[in-house]
Amino acid sequence: MVTENFPSRFESLAGIRDFVNLAAKDAGFNEKEIYAVELAVDEACANIIEHAYDGEGKGQIECTCNNINGGLEIIIKDDGKPFDPDSVPSPDFSVDLEDLQPRGAGLFIIRNLMDDVSFTFSKNKGNILRMVKRKKE
Amino acid sequence: MEITTTEYKRCIVVKSVGRIDSYTAPKLEEALLSVTKNGNYKIVLDMEEVDFMSSKGWWVLIETQKTCKRYNRGELVLTAVQERIRDSLDLVGMGSYFQIFDDLVGAVAYF
Repeated sequence: MVTENFPSRFESLAGIRDFVNLAAKDAGFNEKEIYAVELAVDEACANIIEHAYDGEGKGQIECTCNNINGGLEIIIKDDGKPFDPDSVPSPDFSVDLEDLQPRGAGLFIIRNLMDDVSFTFSKNKGNILRMVKRKKE
Repeated sequence: MEITTTEYKRCIVVKSVGRIDSYTAPKLEEALLSVTKNGNYKIVLDMEEVDFMSSKGWWVLIETQKTCKRYNRGELVLTAVQERIRDSLDLVGMGSYFQIFDDLVGAVAYF
């Protein structure tokens, strides 16, 4: 299990992706799966900075990668505002171009690229996002 | 991330190199805005050397597409999109808003 803390700045995103990239490689995923993990984690951390912390430089993002039987578990923690995934509307990409609204794509991507996704919040531990990517047999 | 802009007779080619995320997407946005503000609405985005693209980047392209297609004055088309990026674009469902060409020659010839 490896854990690293990153400042909640968009500048940190490349380092966070590199961190999970190495863990996903180590877990034996193929290139396409590694990209999926990187993208899901990037979207999650960008959302934390933008919505949980309401902007850059207001806290830390703690990222833990854990090799589990058959896959990789990633836990991302922050001390920002409670995040309620049910409050985020699903993006509608069937509408005309002019009516497209830039909202909810990140969460949609996370849920589609990872196998297990759960959000919890507690007053003393903050937001905890747990994601699992499983290896295809 | 590096961005270069090349003017052709019938369109502008914007080539981006590197990773496009929430940190670098504003730079791409700035480059595309400077193209459209100069009255150029026929744009090819060469993505051959883009190896990461988050939803923040896609929203920049969606906003540019809205600007280009308004009054039927042009279009933003994409070329040489790496397979894994294209997969994520199709997964999100934004793929239908862009024409994607395999190579730059085909994209430029479209205009």
